[in-house]
Formats: sequence, C-alpha cells, structure tokens
Amino acid sequence: MNREPSKIQRRRTDIFHTASPTVLNLISIPSGILLGLILGAVLIVIAGADPIASYKIMFSSSLGGKNQIIETLIKACPLLLIGLGLSASFKAKVWNIGAEGQYYIGALFGWMVGMYGTALPKPVLIPLMLTAGLIGGSLWGLLPAILKIKNGMNVIISTLMLNYIAILIVQYLARGPLQEPGGFLPRTAKLERIARMPQMFGTRLHLGCVIALLLVPVVYYIFTSTPLGFKLRAVGSNPKVAKYAGFNVNLAIFIALIFSGALAGMAGTIEISTAYQRLQSSISLNYGFNGVLIALLGRTNPWGVLLTSIFFAALTIGVENLHVVIGLPVSLSDAIQALVVLSVMVVDSYIRKKAS
Amino acid sequence: MDINQVLSASFFIALVTAGIRLSIPVLVTVLGEIITESAGVMNLGLEGIMAVGGVVGFLTAFNLQGGSLHSSPQLAIYFALIAGFVAGMGMGLIMAFLSVTLRADQTVCGVTIVLLGVSLSNYLYRQAMNTLAESLVSLTIYKIPYLHKIPILGPILFEQNLVFYLVIVLVLVVHFFLFKTRRGLEIRSVGENPAAAATSGISVEKTRYLATIVGSGLTGLGGAILTVVQLGLFRENIIAGRGWVAVALVIFSRWRPKNAVIGALVFGLADSLQYRIQAVTQVTYGKNTVPYEFLLMLPYLLTIGVLLFRNSSSDAPATLGEPYVQDAR
Amino acid sequence: MGSIVEMQGIIKSFPGVTANAGVDFDLKKGEIHSLLGENGAGKTTLMNILYGLYKQDAGTISINGEQVNFMNPSDAIAHGLGMVHQHFMLVQRFSVAENIILGQKSSREPRIDDLNLIGKKLTEISDLYGLKVNPHAIIWTLSVGEQQRVEILKALYRGAQILILDEPTAVLTPQEVKEFLEILKRLTSEGKSIIFISHKLSEVMEISDRISILRDGKKIETVFAKDTNERDLARMMVGREVNTNFEKKVAEPHEVRLQVEHLCANNNRGLEALHDVSFDVRAGEILGIAGVAGNGQNELEEVLSGLRKSTSGKKIVCGKDITNMPPHKVGIARVAHIPTDRYKTGLISDFMISENAVLQRIDREPFTKHGSLQWKKINEEATSLVKRFGVKTPSIKTKAGKLSGGNAQKLILARELARDPYVLIAAQPTRGLDISAIEYVHHALIEQRDLGMAILLFSTELTEILSLSDRIAVIYEGRIIGIINREDADILEIGLMMAGIKRPSSTLEQTGVIES
Repeated sequence: MNREPSKIQRRRTDIFHTASPTVLNLISIPSGILLGLILGAVLIVIAGADPIASYKIMFSSSLGGKNQIIETLIKACPLLLIGLGLSASFKAKVWNIGAEGQYYIGALFGWMVGMYGTALPKPVLIPLMLTAGLIGGSLWGLLPAILKIKNGMNVIISTLMLNYIAILIVQYLARGPLQEPGGFLPRTAKLERIARMPQMFGTRLHLGCVIALLLVPVVYYIFTSTPLGFKLRAVGSNPKVAKYAGFNVNLAIFIALIFSGALAGMAGTIEISTAYQRLQSSISLNYGFNGVLIALLGRTNPWGVLLTSIFFAALTIGVENLHVVIGLPVSLSDAIQALVVLSVMVVDSYIRKKAS
Repeated sequence: MDINQVLSASFFIALVTAGIRLSIPVLVTVLGEIITESAGVMNLGLEGIMAVGGVVGFLTAFNLQGGSLHSSPQLAIYFALIAGFVAGMGMGLIMAFLSVTLRADQTVCGVTIVLLGVSLSNYLYRQAMNTLAESLVSLTIYKIPYLHKIPILGPILFEQNLVFYLVIVLVLVVHFFLFKTRRGLEIRSVGENPAAAATSGISVEKTRYLATIVGSGLTGLGGAILTVVQLGLFRENIIAGRGWVAVALVIFSRWRPKNAVIGALVFGLADSLQYRIQAVTQVTYGKNTVPYEFLLMLPYLLTIGVLLFRNSSSDAPATLGEPYVQDAR
Repeated sequence: MGSIVEMQGIIKSFPGVTANAGVDFDLKKGEIHSLLGENGAGKTTLMNILYGLYKQDAGTISINGEQVNFMNPSDAIAHGLGMVHQHFMLVQRFSVAENIILGQKSSREPRIDDLNLIGKKLTEISDLYGLKVNPHAIIWTLSVGEQQRVEILKALYRGAQILILDEPTAVLTPQEVKEFLEILKRLTSEGKSIIFISHKLSEVMEISDRISILRDGKKIETVFAKDTNERDLARMMVGREVNTNFEKKVAEPHEVRLQVEHLCANNNRGLEALHDVSFDVRAGEILGIAGVAGNGQNELEEVLSGLRKSTSGKKIVCGKDITNMPPHKVGIARVAHIPTDRYKTGLISDFMISENAVLQRIDREPFTKHGSLQWKKINEEATSLVKRFGVKTPSIKTKAGKLSGGNAQKLILARELARDPYVLIAAQPTRGLDISAIEYVHHALIEQRDLGMAILLFSTELTEILSLSDRIAVIYEGRIIGIINREDADILEIGLMMAGIKRPSSTLEQTGVIES
C-alpha cells in the first residue's frame, strides 16, 4: 500500500500513455453520440413514432440547407456563448451551474440600456447594450465567487439558488415596475428597431452570432497560449499544487465565475435583442443548463463547444419540427441531449478506466 | 398586510401544519442523501431523481385511481409511493454505475443525472397525459385520539396523514441504521476510509452501490410524496429546486438525520409562509403588497443564508466524492 | 517443525508488468521471517496476495498444510491471518473498539456489538501482550505508536496466528523501535508467527530468524539471519555492491540565509502545532530537521514555503522579512521547495513534464512574452532539465503522473534548482525511492551545498539526517528540542531527543545561535 507509484506501476502505465486524450475523445464522443441517439430512438418509439423517419425530419429541418443551417447557427448562438464561458469555469473545476441566472440578469441589463438608450445612434447603442449584458452577467457571477472565497460556500448550490432568484427578479420587474405601459400581460414593452442586433451578409445571421463565432478562436487562444489559461487548468487539475506553485487560487475562482457570467450575460442581451425583444418570465430554452452539458460534452475545448452547440441547436430545431409534424413533445430534445451526454460519459469513463 | 391575521393562532397553526407537510418530501430526500454520502458517494442528482420519482409516482396513482384501484384510491397512493421509490432506485443504479464502477467525476455525473431526470420526467408526463391532469384523491388525515386535542400542538402534530407518521419513524430508523447497526458502521467506514474498510473484508463497491441505490430510492420516494401526497398533481419542472435545497440541507445537517429534521422544517416553513402570505395578502390587499416573487425567493435565499452560517465541511465523510481505486501494487 | 504458510510459484502481473515472477515463500510456526527488498521489489504485492487483497495469476498457497483460495481479506482473517499495513488502515473518526469490530459479524445482528463488552475483551488481550491502549479513544487523538498497537490488536482480536507487518518501524523513534521489537518477540513466544516486511537491514538482522530477499519481483535467496551480514543482504537486495559509506567534505558555512525566529503556527484543527521555533541556516550548510513523523514537520515546511500562516514569529530570508507572505512572494525571495508529498503537492500529475518543469516560472520571461506562452522556450527548458538531471521519460510531453518516484523527484529537483534559489527546503527528498535514486538525490544535495546553497532538510529517516546534515535540529511536539553539530551527534542521544527528552547541556544551543 505504498503511495508512491513504484517501478511496477510505471511500467504498467507506460503501455497506455501513448493513447492521448484526443484519441480517446475521437473514440468516445462519436460512439457515445450514436448510443445516445439510439436511446433517443427508444423514446420516440415509446411515443409511437418511427425513429428513422423522425431522425430524417430532424436532420433535414436543421441542417438540410443553407437557410436551415443559418437558423441552427442562430439557435446555437446563446448555447455557444454560455458553453464557452462555462468551459473556463470548468477548466478550473469551478462548477458554475448558474448560467441561466447570469443570462437572465444580462438580458435585463441589456434590455434596460436598449429600452432607455434609444436616443443614441445604433453603433453606440448596440455595443453599450452588449457591455451592459456583460456587466449584468458578471455581477451575477460575482456573488457566488464572493460566497465561495469568503465563506467557502459550495458553488453548485449558490449558483443554482441564484438562478431561481434571478428568474424571479426578472419576472417581478416584467410584471411590476417595467411592465409594458397599458399592457395586461406580465411582460415589458418591445425593444425598438434601433436596439435590435443588426443582421449580417444579407441573411438572418445577426451580429451576436458573428461575435460568438469569433470568440471561439479567441477563447481557444486564452486557454492554450496564455498564462491565465495555464493557471485556470492548474487550479482545476490540482489546487494544492497550484497554490504551492504560487498561483492565486481565489483569483482563479473569481476570474472563472466572472468570465462565464459575462458571456452568459452577453448571450442574454443578444437573445433579448433578437429572438424575444422583451422581458418576460421565460426568455430561455433551458440555455443555462444545456450550456453545462455543452461545455462538458465539448471537453471544455472551444472548438468542441462549437460543434456541440451546433449539434444541440440542430436537435432542438429538429424536435420542434417533429412536434409540428407528428406531435412529439418538445421536451424530447432535452431528453435526447441528456442521453447523449450520459452515453458519452459512459463510453469515455469505460475507456479511461481500461486505460489506467 | 394585516399583521393580526398573521399572528392569529389559526393562521399560525395552518402555517406550521403546511410547513411540516412541505418539509416532508425534502426531509425524505435529505435522509436518502445522508445515507449515500455517508458511504462517500456525492450524489448531486437529487433534483432529477425526485423528478423521476415524482412523475412515476403520479402516473401510477393517476392510472390506478382511475382504473383498477378505482374503489380504493388510498391504496393506489401507497402503490404510487412504492413505484416512486423503485424509480428512484433505478436512477440510483445509473448513478452508482457511473460513479462507482466507471469512477466518473461525481459532480459531472450528478449534473447529468439532474438533466436526464428532469427531461425524462417532463417527456414521460407529456407522453402519458394527453389531457390536463386532474388532481389525485388525497390521503386520509388520521387524528390521534386525545393527543390531537392538545392546543396548538395537537392540530400540528397529531392531525396528519399516515405518510407523516411514517416519515417520523423513518428519521429514527435511518439514525439507528447508520449509527447503531453493523451495516451502518460499514457504510460510514467506506465513506471515511475505503482502504481500511476493504482490508477489514468489506466490499467498497457493494457498499457504495447499496448506499447509492437505497439513498436514491428515498429520493425518488421524496419526489413521489411531493407530487402524489402533497400536491396531488404533476407539472413540468415541479421539483423547482427542492433537490438542490436537499443537497444544501445535507451539509447543514452535518450528515446527521436528526439535524436534517430541523433543516427540512426551516425550509418547509419558509415555503409555507410564502404560500400563506401570498394567499392572505392577495385577498386583502391585491397587488399593492410585497410582490409574491419576493416571497417565492424566500426558500432559495434561506438556503444560501443557512449555508452562510453553517458551512463546515469538516464534518463531511472524509472521502466524499472521491472514487476508490484499489491500489494495484 | 512444519510450515504454517507455504506459498509456491506465485505469479502476479498487473497490466504491463510482472510484480511477482514465481515467488516461493514459507513461514514456520513461531518464527519471524523477514521479507527484504527495495521499494517496488514486490514484497507488498506478495503479502497482499497472501492476505486475499489480490488474486494471484498462478501458484498455490497453503495454510497449515491445507490449500486455500482466498477471495477477500475476510477469508484470510478466518484462516488466522492478520496484516498491519504501512499506512494504517484505521478509520480516524471511529473509536478503537469500532475499528476493531469493523467487518466482523456481530453477536446481536443487525446491531453492532456492545462496545463496552468489546472494550473489556480488548483490555484482556492488550494486557497479555503489553499493547496498552484505551479501547474507547477516537483514533485521531492517538499517537502514531498507539495507532500501530491498535492495528496489531485488531489482528489479534480476530484470532490472528500469523501476523504480516508491512514496514512497521518506519514511523517510530529508535526507542519505540526497541520496544516494538520486544513486543514481537513476546508475540512469537506466545506461539504467533510473523512476517516482517522491511528495507532496513539492521532491524531485519536483529529480529529475524530467516530472511528472504526479493528483487524485481523475484526471490533472490532465503537465508538464516545468523549466517549472513548486512553487506551481503544489501548486495542481494540491490544487485550490486553498495557503497554504504557516504563521503563528503566538511561544510564551509558562510552568511545566514534563512532565519526563523520564535515561530508559532496552528495545524488544520486549529491547535498549536509549532511553538517558538527558532533556528537559522547558513549558505553552504545543510541543517537537518530530525523527528518522528507528525511532530510539526509538515506545518513547519508549509509555513516556510508560504502555504500556511504563522500565528507569531518571524521568517527572514537574506535579511528580508517574508513572514506570512504567499508562496509566490516566497518564491521571489528565492526560496525553493521540494515538498513532502511529491505527487500531491509537487507535480500536477495530468500536466505534461514540460509544463511541470517551468511551473512557477510560467508567466515570466522567456516563457511568457507579451502575455503569450512561448511553447518553444518552455520545451527547450524542459528538454535541457530532463537531460541534465537524467529524468527517464519517453518524451517531455508525457504526463508527470506517469513518472516513477525517482524520476518524479529528479524532475522536481531540476525545476527547483533551475529557479536559482538562495535557500532550498528539501522535505523527505528520498522517501519511497530506490537506492540508486537515493544516491543521486543525496549527491545532488551535497553538490548544491558545496556550491554555497543553504539547505534545510526534513527527514524522518535518521540515517539520512546523519549522513547529509552538518547540523541537526530535533523537533518534538512542535518544539525544537535542541540543535547539535553533526560531529557531536550520537544516535542514542538524538533518539532520546526525538522522544522529547532533552539533554541538559543543550539549552544554550536550542535558541539556534550556535557559532560554527
């Protein structure tokens, strides 16, 4: 029961060290996705539909042509932003499950600027809105960071509780003080045209989407080529060694939460100025939680996160179409997504266990 | 808000009675998680497992009450609770397989189980219920002879349904099990020092499986109690964070069943206060009072507050959340 | 006399390696049979097989002439085996009695046994063998020596006739070792048989009836202790002649580099772990901190490296007060640190060797320029360190966790020395290494001393302290009992100091102001 790996263990692991994580990912992710889709097919069968026909409809309606692909990208935009942000958190093993709340507060801040800043020219207003979203989201990420650093509070629990609180705050504002003048429904007024994201390249693809896509290489660069990325990884991998090496572990927790909060907040602003245009109690399709799955499934690698968010968006659009065409419940897409993540985890852990 | 109304005895009794009722599902869940975590497995999937237990329980009760057990709807409820327990065990089996056999990161497993459980339960519910749900027949209230006549305490403690009395017994049973039985000692030893347990001839894997499955069974039962007994209905996302609250309450309880009672009660009271004040003020004052959203926040704020003041993780089982690998040397 | 344990042709492979390659072993009733070998020679694996923790791939085991096939430790326990592991297998938060009944059927299922009754039985057994311990004490309140007694009691309570002791003396003071060996003799005179696993030649010679030497998973020889000597044993254990005499020049200390003044600090439980610790270390000397594990060494190490805050006192490096500065400031003051637990504190095991090689310097030039990591420079540095210090690895891109103990330690040594420190804190630098790696580390430390570095050495191995240090400070219950020059040091006296017994004449020196 020696704690040091002895000669014996060294030789044992030498054989497997050649299988790099990338190779493992290339095996586990596709086979996991396949397994997940098969399990999803079981759900479709339970609902009395033909799984192959259903998957065909899902594919053609989400990735079957240029317009479909653009719609999928638009749908993927908030998921991508949230997934990128959470990747930074998860690299540091800071389990921020509060992107949903950070998204709501970001949407609120962005909407306020968009609503009351209409006197400004568009090229000023839009960046201002995005900045407001960033600030709102990061403020909501700041709270759990403080609670963690000052009180050692479990980040999962604090961020989760703050989700419910954020949604209720927005709900209250939309019903009360910010309610649409003269309106009866619990929602605010619509943003004016000037406060909407400009569309690009003559398509429905909007500025927010383009920003999200451009952030992929930027975040990748931060992760792989800056001391910050190195330190986040170090803190996540072994906080004790990180501390020993002189890295500020609390600062890393702080940065991780602020960064993921900021991107979630920006996603909120983008969605409020494109898809929803007004605040109400539901302005998210479970983006915060799906972002968690996307960051995990994308292995906290920005390019992986990009692929996964497109995959999730395609599933969502596909299932929405199934709902219209053959009346399957919309919640099917959530279920398939969870099954895919579960399957990938099973295959992946199995391979890793065999390899160690 | 009329302050006299809040302070009146009848209001107080109603508040506490409802608070106790609302605390029951969370309490059962916390008890389950205490068992699981005592063996060193951190099952964060409670929210999802409660949802699955809740939907399975509800659908069982709904179909039995409308079908073969039409004439004895009370019995249908007990069957539904058993179904919720079994469904929870099923989810626990998945959790145990991922965390014990495959040694996956337990945080990641937990979050995945939540999303799986919530989405599956929503899907199942949508799939099974074409019509809007009618509510279920509720459980009979038993008045304990003589005791229920005690002022204030009587109506609160001795005019409850059978599930309430059973859960009180359950607290004692779980305490006895963990601290007075051989199995309990073994479960705790596996959480504290799995290598020591293994050399004493205890199977770490088996014990962790057992603790996770039984704990998840209780969690499923908690979900079923919520939907079948307390609310009599199911809707999407009905657990509304109660599973996560339970995770926090396990920390609050310092892994001791009797402390869990206090934690769950505080949470239940906040929950019921929120419902009550909402009801009262809407009748008397309409819209111009404390916005009900702020009342709805109460349980979540309380959870954060509770952890602010009691956040000692030094009482946690020593190897909580760490997979056990038998040293191969 | 017949053998009560007979192991024949034991083969055990783990993926990619053979830990036991056809080992024969036997134990006679009432004897002490030592298993001698270096770390990783396969001693513990062999005994874990005997104890039912692993299943052998081939070979047979007989107990009292009956062939057995243990599926788990319970089977072994039922056949009268008991094992005391190197790292105690005790649940810290349970009482002694609870630990002892763990895994055993209870007389009143499903409830646990009556702990008072168990306590009485334990007292009987402990009186018989002189293993005094309070059955209701909680384990973490006990000293290491007491915990070891609990482990032996646990085995005896379960009716063990055969005791397997894995490196039992590693955690004891020289005096405690003497007592412990007496207990073993008492056990054998009561008819118990003992397998004693060790890599310490002197103890093995003193206690054993027979000695089996293992090397690289094979049994080299079984000899009677009376027919052999330490030199032959060392040769069989290592496979070549070993130079046991360590040669070094007399130290030439210069200016004071590290000053520690009246330092106090608490442990993780908030209790005082260090009390009024004072000493200094000069350029060109090695100050060894001797003591039994758990007497405040870890806390002192952490306070010095900035990982733990002190409650009072001062820490000065080259005239600069660095009291309670965080680790990176300590690093800037040019204090390097080889930590006790190299896998948990010293290296990030799932980072590449190259990343670990520049860990503390990652955000400095030339490894970061204009905010961007310079991978080429990082890889160059790693390659040159790996080469210079002879770290054996297929590539600098290999994960650090895959390195063997010796190579991991070389990597840490390389990294810490590359920071060009004024002061080096070396904690347990050779723990768990094989002899050639130990020699390497020892030579490197002496070489650095001769180049003028100030070195503070923590070691629980008294022989290591004696062979490397120029001065020796003995720590006991968080206090420095005394500081003596190496040439005045006497092993018996240091042993007494390690047990807290101060010699009267050392009062002056313990303040740490010796002029050398």
